[in-house]
Amino acid sequence: MKSIYFDHAATTPMRQEVIDAMIPVFQDVFGNPSSVHSYGRKARKLLDDARKTVAQSIQANEKDITFTSGGTEADNLALIGAARANQHLGKHIITTKIEHHAVLHAAEQLEKEGFEVTYLSVNESGSVSVEDLKAALREDTILVSVMYVNNETGTIQPVAEIGALLEEHQALLHTDAVQAYGTIPIDVHALNVDMLTVSSHKVSGPKGVGALYAKEKISLDAMQHGGEQERKRRPGTENTAAVHGFAKAVELMQEDQKERLTSYRQFKQLFVRTLKESGIEFSQNGGRINVPSIINISFPGTNVEQLLTNFDLSGVAASSGSACTAGSVEPSHVLSAMYGEGDERTVNSVRFSFGLANTGENVQEGAQKVAQIVERLTKTT
Amino acid sequence: MKDPKDTRVVIGMSGGVDSSVAALLLKEQGYDVVGIFMKNWDDTDENGVCTATEDYDDVVRVCNQLDIPYYAVNFEKQYWDKVFTYFLDEYKAGRTPNPDVMCNKEIKFKAFLDHAMSLGADYLATGHYAQVRQNGDKYEMLRGKDNSKDQTYFLNQLSQDVLSKVMFPLGHLDKSRVREIAKENDLATATKKDSTGICFIGERNFKEFLSEYLPAQPGNMETLEGEVKGKHDGLMYYTLGQRQGLGIGGPGEPWFVVGKNVKDNILYVDQGYHNDYLYSDGLEASDLNWTSGEAPTEPFTCTAKFRYRQEDSAVTVTPLEDGRVKVDFHEPERAITPGQAVVFYDGELCLGGGTINGIVKNNEYLTYVG
Repeated sequence: MKSIYFDHAATTPMRQEVIDAMIPVFQDVFGNPSSVHSYGRKARKLLDDARKTVAQSIQANEKDITFTSGGTEADNLALIGAARANQHLGKHIITTKIEHHAVLHAAEQLEKEGFEVTYLSVNESGSVSVEDLKAALREDTILVSVMYVNNETGTIQPVAEIGALLEEHQALLHTDAVQAYGTIPIDVHALNVDMLTVSSHKVSGPKGVGALYAKEKISLDAMQHGGEQERKRRPGTENTAAVHGFAKAVELMQEDQKERLTSYRQFKQLFVRTLKESGIEFSQNGGRINVPSIINISFPGTNVEQLLTNFDLSGVAASSGSACTAGSVEPSHVLSAMYGEGDERTVNSVRFSFGLANTGENVQEGAQKVAQIVERLTKTT
Repeated sequence: MKDPKDTRVVIGMSGGVDSSVAALLLKEQGYDVVGIFMKNWDDTDENGVCTATEDYDDVVRVCNQLDIPYYAVNFEKQYWDKVFTYFLDEYKAGRTPNPDVMCNKEIKFKAFLDHAMSLGADYLATGHYAQVRQNGDKYEMLRGKDNSKDQTYFLNQLSQDVLSKVMFPLGHLDKSRVREIAKENDLATATKKDSTGICFIGERNFKEFLSEYLPAQPGNMETLEGEVKGKHDGLMYYTLGQRQGLGIGGPGEPWFVVGKNVKDNILYVDQGYHNDYLYSDGLEASDLNWTSGEAPTEPFTCTAKFRYRQEDSAVTVTPLEDGRVKVDFHEPERAITPGQAVVFYDGELCLGGGTINGIVKNNEYLTYVG
C-alpha cells in the first residue's frame, strides 16, 4: 500500500537538491567557522552565504539573522531573550491563545519569572483582532508575539496591521512565521516586525536548523552561554552542513513558490470537491484568509483518534492538535480558542497539509479514502 | 475463517509484559496486528507530563521491536462516567466495589472493542489469562491454564457477542513461560515489574487517594453489642474481615471489621479471625451475566469465587425473579463482601457472575454488613 502524505505542516520531505548540496559539506567542509585558518574560512564562507540567502528571502539585512537549532529555539530566544533583556522597560507581554507551544510555553516560563502575559483570544475564523490587541496594550508592554500563519488552521493573522499599530509603542513585535515561510511572501519591513522566526524543515530543508530575524539593535539575553558565535546571541559551533542545506532549500522554495502555491490551491479545491462529491458531512475550520497549503476539517459524528488511526491504517498521514506525551490526542487548543472548550469540533477535526509529496492524483485518492472512512464511521456509530 | 494475514487483530497494550507477549504471539501467528494503548485516567502532573508516558513509551518500544503499528486512544471521559463514578458511589454506600470488573465490562470490552471494530478489526485481543473456546455456534470462556493467574473473575461480565470477538493469546500459557518468551525475544518489557492494585491509584496510598474524592467522616468503632472500642477514620477505608489499622489493643484475640452501619456511621468490630459474625451461609447477587447468553431457570450446583485468587467453593445457585440469584454455600464462608463479584464455574468453564448485594445467614439477610 502506497502511503499518502498530508502532513507537510508537521514536517516536509527534503528536496534531493538539498541533500546533494549538503553531502559535500560533510565530506569537505568540516572546519570550524571560527577557526583562523583555511579550513575555518571555507566553513565561514558557507555560513555567511547562507545568512545572506535567508536574509534576502525575508528582505532583511544579513546582520539581523541568527541561526538556531530550529523554530522552537528561535521562538524561545525571541520571547525569553527579549523579555529578560528589556524588563527594565516593563514586565507586560501580549501573545495569543493560538500560538505554537514554542511560544505559549516560553510565555508560561516568563510568567514564572514574574512577567505578566495577556493571551488574546480569536474569533470563530481563528483570527486575532487588532482592536483586542490595542485594548490590551499598556504602557509597560514590552513585547507582543503574534504568529503569522496558524499551524492548525492556516489562518493568516493581521501582523502588518499590528506592526503599524506598534510603530509608536515601545513594545517589540515578534512573529512566528514558521508556517508562513514559503507559503506567503515575507517582508520584515512591510510587516514592521522586530523579530521573526523561520524553520528549515518546514520548507524541505534539513531538521535541526532555523533562524531568528532580530534587528541588530534589539537587546536579547542569550539562552546559551559559550563562544562568540552568532554575535553572541547563539553560542555554539555552527551546524554548517544543515545551515547550508537550509539556504539551498530557501533558494529552491523561492524559485518555485508561485507554481507550488498554484498547485496547493488546486489540491485544496480538489480535496474539498472530492469530499463534497462523496456526500459525507464536513465543515472547514478557519476563515477565508488562509494559506493554500493547510486545510482543517471537522467531521461531525466522529472523533479524531478514530479518524487518524483509520487514516493511517489505510495509508493516509494527517494530524490534529497535539498529542500528549502518552500518545493520545488532546483537544486542539487552537480550535478551543475559536469555538470554546468542549465544542465538538475540537475533538473531531483533522488537519491536512499539502506540499511537495502531493500530486493531483494522490490528493484525490487520499480524499476518496478519507471520505470512505468517514462514511463508514458515521454509518456504524 | 480468514487467513491470519487478512485478519486484523487490535491488541490492547498496557506497556506490561503480558500484553507485550500477547502481541508477539499474534504477530508470530501471522495476524495483521495493531497495538493500541488506552489512556483512561488523566494524571497530568504540574509540568504537563502524563504519568502514563512511561507505559506508552514501553508500548512504542515493543511495537517497534515487533514491527507493528501503534496508536493511543483516550477513554478518560467514559472511564470517569462508567467506572470511577460507580467506584465512588459504591464506597459512599458502604460497599467495596470492584473497578476492574466494571472496567472490563464498560471500557475494555465495550468502548475499546467498539473502537477496535471501527478500525476494521476482526478481533480484539488482550493479555488476560483466560481462554475462549468455540463450541458449535457458542463461545465458552475458560479459566487461564495458569490457574494461579486466571483472570476470568474480572471477565465475568463478558457476553456471547463479546466472546465471539475476543482473543486471549496468553490463555494457554503459564505466567513464568510468558516471562521466558519475553526474555527469549528480548522484549523491552521483559523484566518490567507487574503492576499491582487498582490502575488509577497505582502505587499511591489508597486512603489518601480516596480522601481526595470523598469526604472522610470519622465515627465510632463499636461491637455489635454496642460497646465503643475506638474511632474509625471513615467507613470507606475499611472492608469486611480486615484486621489492619483498627488500633484496638487489649487482651484476647486480634480485632476484625465485622460490619458497617452507614446510616449511623458505625464500624462494627469483634475479636478473632474466625469470629462468628464474619461467617455466612449464602448471598444474593444482582447484575448477573451468563457467558452462555442463557440465564438458568432451575437451581443448579457449581463452584464459585467471592474474591479474586480464592479457591472455589461449592454452591447451589437458585434463580430468583428479575434476574437475581440466591447462592447457598455448602460450607459457611468468611467475610463475604457486598459490592464484590461472585463468579460461577463448572470445572474450567466460567459460567458468569454478578454483584454481591445481600449476605444470608440462617435464611435471614445480615443487616450489619452495610
